Amino acid sequence: MKKISKMPTKEKETFKRPDGRKLAEIRKMYAKVGIIPNADGSAIFAFGDTVAIAAVYGPRQLHPQHMQDPATGILRVNYDLLSFSVYERKKPGPNRRSQEISKVTEWALSPVLDLKEFPNTVIDVQVYILQADAGTRTAGINAASLALAHAGIPMRSLVCSVSVGKLDKNLVVDLNKEEEDYEEGEGATDFPVAKIANTEKYTLLQLDGKIQPETVKKVLDLADKACDEIYEVQKKALKEVVEQ
Amino acid sequence: MSSMDCSNITKETIKRMFAEGKRFDSRGLFDFRPIEVSFNVSNKAEGSARVKIGKTEVVAGVKMEIGEPYPDSLDKGNLTVSGDLLPLASPRFEAGPPKFNAVELLRLVDRVIRHSGILDFKKLVITPGEKVWTVIIDIYPINDDGNIIDAASIAAVAALKKTMVPALDENGRIDYHKESKTPLQIEKDILPVTLTFFKLGDSLALDLAREEEEACDARVVFGISKLGDEYFINSCQKGEEVPLTKKEIDQIMGIISEKFEKLNEKLKKFF
Repeated sequence: MKKISKMPTKEKETFKRPDGRKLAEIRKMYAKVGIIPNADGSAIFAFGDTVAIAAVYGPRQLHPQHMQDPATGILRVNYDLLSFSVYERKKPGPNRRSQEISKVTEWALSPVLDLKEFPNTVIDVQVYILQADAGTRTAGINAASLALAHAGIPMRSLVCSVSVGKLDKNLVVDLNKEEEDYEEGEGATDFPVAKIANTEKYTLLQLDGKIQPETVKKVLDLADKACDEIYEVQKKALKEVVEQ
Repeated sequence: MSSMDCSNITKETIKRMFAEGKRFDSRGLFDFRPIEVSFNVSNKAEGSARVKIGKTEVVAGVKMEIGEPYPDSLDKGNLTVSGDLLPLASPRFEAGPPKFNAVELLRLVDRVIRHSGILDFKKLVITPGEKVWTVIIDIYPINDDGNIIDAASIAAVAALKKTMVPALDENGRIDYHKESKTPLQIEKDILPVTLTFFKLGDSLALDLAREEEEACDARVVFGISKLGDEYFINSCQKGEEVPLTKKEIDQIMGIISEKFEKLNEKLKKFF
């Protein structure tokens, strides 16, 4: 391991991303709301080949009744990969990974909601990945945030999410799968972040890999910039449905 | 102790005290309770350890099995972190399939070990592409008085450090009656730990007792290790609903290496 950390560093300017993107460039984004007529709110959000769809049902009465909270409504998120969204077929049903992502998505979204006006209810958010090329939780959070807004749930702001990565020593925005599997030098670090739009409040922080403590600030600055762009895409999608 | 959550009045008191930098047991906000590490909890395990942090106690055991490599990493062995929050350890834990808290604990321990480089997965290969070792770390809290995550990661690493690879018979199967003479190859200089920071009001703190944890607004777990002179964050997960600000993250990044050293100092005498 020690040998690895002493490998020569590639200069920032000369570092080439596998798909030719600039270091801070997000994959092509696509966002649209109102894709599932049955749902109270719904949206699709894509980062390149990663496609997430989200549906919101509620606020509706929570069953079983003993789980109801007379002081507030509650948010319940379910995230999963569709079985054919990855190369090796994913066995249907929840696993440890999807349970964790469901919960962190819930934590990422709930700070912008005020559900005190909806006592005893639940808002169910269903997030599914149609096609996975890394960044599924961040795409899922962006879709879910849009779906909640589309459902007309009172929100303080939108939540924007993106993954910042470190490939060897180079910081890049929005890793794809090929980059996530990068093994040279210090390897790949995946650092998904979600924040309340236009604030410095972070609602999701996760990390896998190897990154120096002093680099974390730079990661957050990159995430901030990317989230500003994502916020614009989200707002545009919401405006489109209103104008229709 | 009942299974009741911490009362509002206790919460308010803890919040006020944290703001003044005080705690019930007179520790500083970033000080750990006394730590004890012991080994050989079970002589049937390939390696095992018990960790106590104050009244919190966690045991971890390593078992090794022969398995097949994953199709996307044919040249690597496997690591599984398993276990549960047994009703043995707290009135708050319930029987039945693992709840989210248990799943999260195991995933957090898995990630700090996996990414710290303490295990070289390529050295776990028996027959390339066909047979590899699967290292299974099982974690069980014996008594929960807060900060289970940090205690569990220390226990897992301690158990790994004492792990002996089982001997094989002439057919390549594990022979438990043959004495094992091969320690599991790990990077001896790497000691990955997690540091779980809690946020209450505008205060941050480490190593919270159960009651203090109950009072907190948010929590962020950092897995950290040191390679040579350089510190690396290997994992991170923010928990609970209250956001963290950039200032708070900066503050944590500013002190995390120092807190890592302090904890390491306490652990060194056991390894």
